[in-house]
Amino acid sequence: MASDGTAKLSKNVLRMKFMQRGLDAETRKQLEEEEKRIISDEHWYLDLPELKEKENFIIEERSFLPCEDLLYGRMSFKGFNPEVEKLMTLMNSQNRTEDVEEEEQNKTGVDVSDEEMARRYESLVGSIKRKFTKKRNRPAIQGEDNVNSNIRSPKIKKVFLKPQD
Amino acid sequence: MFLFAFHPEANVANSKEAMLCCVKEKIGEAVLPGDLLAFEIQKSENKREKLICGPGLRRDGEDVFVCKSGILRHKEPNLYWIDLQQRRYVPAKGESVIGIVTAKSGDVFKVDVGGSEQASLSYLAFEGATKRNRPNVQVGDLVYAQFIIANKDMEPELVCIDSCGRANGMGVFGAGGLLFKVSLGLVRKLLSPQSEIVKDLEKIFPFEMVIGLNGRIWVKAKTTQQTLIVANILESCENMTTEQRRSIFGRVSENVL
Repeated sequence: MASDGTAKLSKNVLRMKFMQRGLDAETRKQLEEEEKRIISDEHWYLDLPELKEKENFIIEERSFLPCEDLLYGRMSFKGFNPEVEKLMTLMNSQNRTEDVEEEEQNKTGVDVSDEEMARRYESLVGSIKRKFTKKRNRPAIQGEDNVNSNIRSPKIKKVFLKPQD
Repeated sequence: MFLFAFHPEANVANSKEAMLCCVKEKIGEAVLPGDLLAFEIQKSENKREKLICGPGLRRDGEDVFVCKSGILRHKEPNLYWIDLQQRRYVPAKGESVIGIVTAKSGDVFKVDVGGSEQASLSYLAFEGATKRNRPNVQVGDLVYAQFIIANKDMEPELVCIDSCGRANGMGVFGAGGLLFKVSLGLVRKLLSPQSEIVKDLEKIFPFEMVIGLNGRIWVKAKTTQQTLIVANILESCENMTTEQRRSIFGRVSENVL
């Protein structure tokens, strides 16, 4: 072996990383091809003709729910349980999404109607405004609400009058 | 009592045991297990219309067999099923049922739904439940829950919330009241959109009712006597005709008032 000059290294040693750097491109390719051949021989495969999957147009359905449009299971009558009655209208209207009546139902189901909301807002805005005006300007604000009352123009400011001797 | 309706072509074409029936003529008629249904499939180029066979029908390759006796029903556009009568419940996905909590094991409740095995209900499947904030469920409570997994290969699982995380009335209910069992056909009749029984019932007196698709009904009224009246009416009105039921309702409302 020593007389050969180059020691005959086994294939496993040649496959290791530190040996790959020294090898030429050709020997590397040869090694890779041999490896692939061994691997593909080891893989098993079925020697059958290709089976086409049949397209199934028939679907099986196990539940009754889509067959008959069933209503919501909790029910309450004559106001025995008001929460359940609210739930009933909610869930049953969800099932019938095509009805036009559902829009009306949604409006009645809302806690506060639109008109009441507008009224509340009006008074709310007024009271907040009043809160942040100074005491001197308050009559002006109040005067805006009552159109008939006479108000002094707010531009006349009260100035300190020095007492005359 | 079922009436046999022999299709003339079937006798000539088939000498086998299975009767080949044209499905269009069988809608609304009684069918028996073993009947083969033939559909007129339009063979267009690319698409064939999908056909959905509901409960009671089974697919075998390209054919559809009837596996339970009942009346064949049809719903547009392509849904067929058998309107059958049975008392034994088989869990199906998406159905809302009443269950009884039988055991608490770790993070999971075992719930009896009347099927072949008990369903599991995780404690996180309630509205607003976290690992620290556990729901208040004891053994023996009644829960109204929905199936998310229900097939013949796996243990059925229940949840008490919907996909958005809201309870929608599901969960533990009922202090008091009475739970009783009826057949599945009656439950479907009660839950159908134009149910006459429910319309007659709601006129008598105020009461509350929870109906599970597994054949269990829970009723609660102001007094025990009223509760029992409602329970007895529901159990017995399955086999009554409309007139008999109306007469019973009339008598009940007279006695109450």
